[in-house]
Amino acid sequence: MANTPMLAEMMKTHGISRRAFMKYCASLTSLMALSPALAPRVAEALENAPRPSVIWLSFQECTGCTEAITRSHAPTIEDLIFNAVSLDYHHTLQAASGHAAEEAREHAMKQHYGKYILIVDGSIPIKDPGYSCIAGISNLDMLKETAAGAAAIVSVGTCAAYGGVGHADPNPTGAVAVSEIIKDKPIINVPGCPPIPVVMTGVLAHFLSFGIPELDELGRPKAFYGNSIHDRCYRRPFYDKGQFAEGFDDEGAREGWCLYKLGCKGPTTKSACATVKWNNGVSFPIEAGHPCLGCTEPDFWDNGGFYKPLSVPAGDYRDAGLAAVAGGAALGAASALLAKAGKTKAAQAHETVDAHDLEKSS
Amino acid sequence: MSATIDRGLNALREQIDSPVASFFSSCVSCGLCAEACIFYRATEDPKYTPIKKLDLMRRVWAREFTLFGRIGGMLGLIKPVTDEDLTEWETLVYDSCTMCGRCSLVCPVGNDITMMIRKMREGMSAAGHAPVELIGAAQRHTDKGSPMGDLSKAIHAQVKHAIDETGIEIEFDKEGVDYMVILSAQEIAEFPDVLSAMARIFKKTGVTWTISSEAFEATNVGIQLGNRDVAKVLVSRVVEAAEKLKVKGIISPECGHAYQALRWEGPNLIGRTYPFEVVHIIELLDRLRAEGKLKTKGKNTDRLTFHDPCQINRRGGINQEPRNLMNMVSEDFVEMESGGTMNWCCGGGGGVGANERAEKLRHAAFKFKKIQIDKVEPDAIVTMCAYCHHTLDNVFEEFDIEQDVIGLTELVAEYLDDDA
Amino acid sequence: MNSPAFDLLMWARGPAFDIALTIFIGGIIIRVLEIVILGRKKDMAAPKGNPVAQGFKTIFSRSIPREGLVKFAPITYLGGYIFHLGFFVAFLFFAPHIALFTDAFGIKWPDAGRVIIESATALAVIALLALIYSRMTDPVRKALTTFDDYLVLILSGLPLITGYVAVNKLFGDGQMMIAIHILSVEALMIAFPFTKLMHAVTFVMSRYYNGTIQGRKGAES
Repeated sequence: MANTPMLAEMMKTHGISRRAFMKYCASLTSLMALSPALAPRVAEALENAPRPSVIWLSFQECTGCTEAITRSHAPTIEDLIFNAVSLDYHHTLQAASGHAAEEAREHAMKQHYGKYILIVDGSIPIKDPGYSCIAGISNLDMLKETAAGAAAIVSVGTCAAYGGVGHADPNPTGAVAVSEIIKDKPIINVPGCPPIPVVMTGVLAHFLSFGIPELDELGRPKAFYGNSIHDRCYRRPFYDKGQFAEGFDDEGAREGWCLYKLGCKGPTTKSACATVKWNNGVSFPIEAGHPCLGCTEPDFWDNGGFYKPLSVPAGDYRDAGLAAVAGGAALGAASALLAKAGKTKAAQAHETVDAHDLEKSS
Repeated sequence: MSATIDRGLNALREQIDSPVASFFSSCVSCGLCAEACIFYRATEDPKYTPIKKLDLMRRVWAREFTLFGRIGGMLGLIKPVTDEDLTEWETLVYDSCTMCGRCSLVCPVGNDITMMIRKMREGMSAAGHAPVELIGAAQRHTDKGSPMGDLSKAIHAQVKHAIDETGIEIEFDKEGVDYMVILSAQEIAEFPDVLSAMARIFKKTGVTWTISSEAFEATNVGIQLGNRDVAKVLVSRVVEAAEKLKVKGIISPECGHAYQALRWEGPNLIGRTYPFEVVHIIELLDRLRAEGKLKTKGKNTDRLTFHDPCQINRRGGINQEPRNLMNMVSEDFVEMESGGTMNWCCGGGGGVGANERAEKLRHAAFKFKKIQIDKVEPDAIVTMCAYCHHTLDNVFEEFDIEQDVIGLTELVAEYLDDDA
Repeated sequence: MNSPAFDLLMWARGPAFDIALTIFIGGIIIRVLEIVILGRKKDMAAPKGNPVAQGFKTIFSRSIPREGLVKFAPITYLGGYIFHLGFFVAFLFFAPHIALFTDAFGIKWPDAGRVIIESATALAVIALLALIYSRMTDPVRKALTTFDDYLVLILSGLPLITGYVAVNKLFGDGQMMIAIHILSVEALMIAFPFTKLMHAVTFVMSRYYNGTIQGRKGAES
């Protein structure tokens, strides 16, 4: 596959007008929290960007990320971005299979060594690499091998970014994130279970136009993961007013009140869900009446229960409380009896005094 | 056997019980007890903050009665109590506290600080840290029957005088009468007119009474000293005399701590309930008034106010009774600010009045008390405690102030309706 | 990849809470038993009033200051009232806190909106600062104050401040601030049995005892 065709040509082939393209660039610019003045630069960058080779590796995953990105808003402009890249390997999407498929990967790696983008979804088992293999190659080996020649890695989905469900307690496969294995390449984490499609494409667009975007301490592009869902949630006023749904079918739920008490993790979850939304901006989980699970955060599976409010302790605190009652009762009784014994001893040692007995001898 | 710190600490240990433990656990050192304390308010010296006077007892409690305190003690965080500590605290516990009980009523967590001072004094006295005057009084009381020495002759003379004055027979040691009357040394020595007053009132109201020649002394220096062994000996004399005379009750006289000692502490000192009732003279007079037996004629027209003795009102529960009587005999009865349950102490209670070392402090406290009196500008102050009476008389004299103080019993007797 | 904030939050909500709860409950039980088991001698004096009734009454009536005293210690009285009221309004009527009680005991009650919670919090913090100021300057309070007192004041104030910061995202990472808020509460819980914070439990007992002592005599309490 050649990397010569430019985006402009691709547009023409796909019947996309220049106007539609510019509109896309403008919305992308605002999505990336860049100044609107930069929109033409985004357009220019995209137009002139050579079509890079992309290798997409899927490890321990559910294909949800792929499902999300492919079903996103097709056939829309996001789709275009995928046409703007040369997706040389993606075992769910590619036509080739077996040896032909692996050859495609090896070919792309060789041809674009040092320049291709590696996208990973899924976690990597390291307890026994044999837990997950493709074409007889363990995920671990395939990642190391493929990463070696990558210009950058995009870890798509929470599994690749932070280990995800595979990494959840008790983590039987010893699943880890890409960043646990690859330390010498720039890694952009695009977590979410799955991530918002437009965020995935937006990150790619940013990478194509400006390179690696500014990342937070968790490797997430700040443009998309800068704010908590809670801060941008349209139900926030209900939280502030103290109006909460207490069940999924109560009056509060019907009125669309805050879902905090139903376990919403919005306050501790950074994602663009509440602003960008899903399905072409139609809705997002909270709008659909379900509390946020916090899927863009590491270990969100183990955060004490999806339906437990954030303020509720995550552990088995009742056991601790009962143990404390028993322990406290035992220690308290022992200490009190010791004190009482001391008092009894004092009473026994009491010397009856009289008025002539109240002065010190010396 | 002599007083030692070990004996003192031992006595202190005996005193620590659930209430004490809860009080020390609850104190948040807010300092509001200071605002209630006459000695702090008069001097504004923070060392007189009531709860601070109990610090040694708190340390004994913490170190020996709590798990965390034991650990703290081992780590050296809570120091053991030394004899030097006791010496330092002696003046705080005896000189700057009349056990008036105001602090116990303002403490937001409900600490009965006064009760703890009483307990603290057990330890202090057993350790040989009681003021010499109180020890001397205890010795005189134990050996000679009264803190002032032997008052046998005096009481007989005063009774004879009352008989002569009133023409009413007063018999000693008469069995089977309603009440046995006891008197405070102060009354016998200083205010004997109360005998005539009682004779006249009881005659009119049909109350029969007697005086024991063996136990006529009502006071109990053991309470002020804070020594239950001494207090027990003294209270037992009165109880035994009453039992011997088979009276229905004992009339506790116009004396604050005597009422406290006999009515509230006595049964606990001797470890049993009394087979007779103990009634304060004012309580009895009000009862007679309510029953319609006590009738008066005419009213005093002077501007009168009433000084509540701490041990009788705040610590004794007699609040409304004297007011009923005051209204009965006084036309112009004016309450002092904070009068009643929160009345300011005369400054002489709890053994402070007998303690020479405390004189300066007592006078400072009085100046503060005087502000309360001055706001009323009474012609006379009425009270129901001979020691308050004595203390007020003395300080008025000390400061050259003309101010009458009257005992309530006498005032009531003055308006007794002789025709009824 | 691990997020220090998220891990801290999960630790605060998990093991740290269990540890704090164990010390909190166990410590309180130890101290309460130490008081109760010690016992007191039966009072032999014939009662004039009803000790038990007055004991229970005093638990509540002692919340009202004696007439005429407020003006002598205004900071202590007003600061004390405002702090306690503010603290308990913020603690007991903020919905996330109620959710905790609902989870633990299955009970719930109406919550207050943000305006009330935040006003209560702000007032409580101001009152707390006034109380600290009075401890540093007023001679009586200065003489009484120990390290324990400052510790208790600071530990009581931190949950209010960190809670306010966390809810309003004043600074710091949101997760981190919630974690710090929860940890500050846990610090308060851990310190509770060892410090004067115990008064929050034992005041009931001491007021009761005071009431019974005075009530037996028919005296006010």
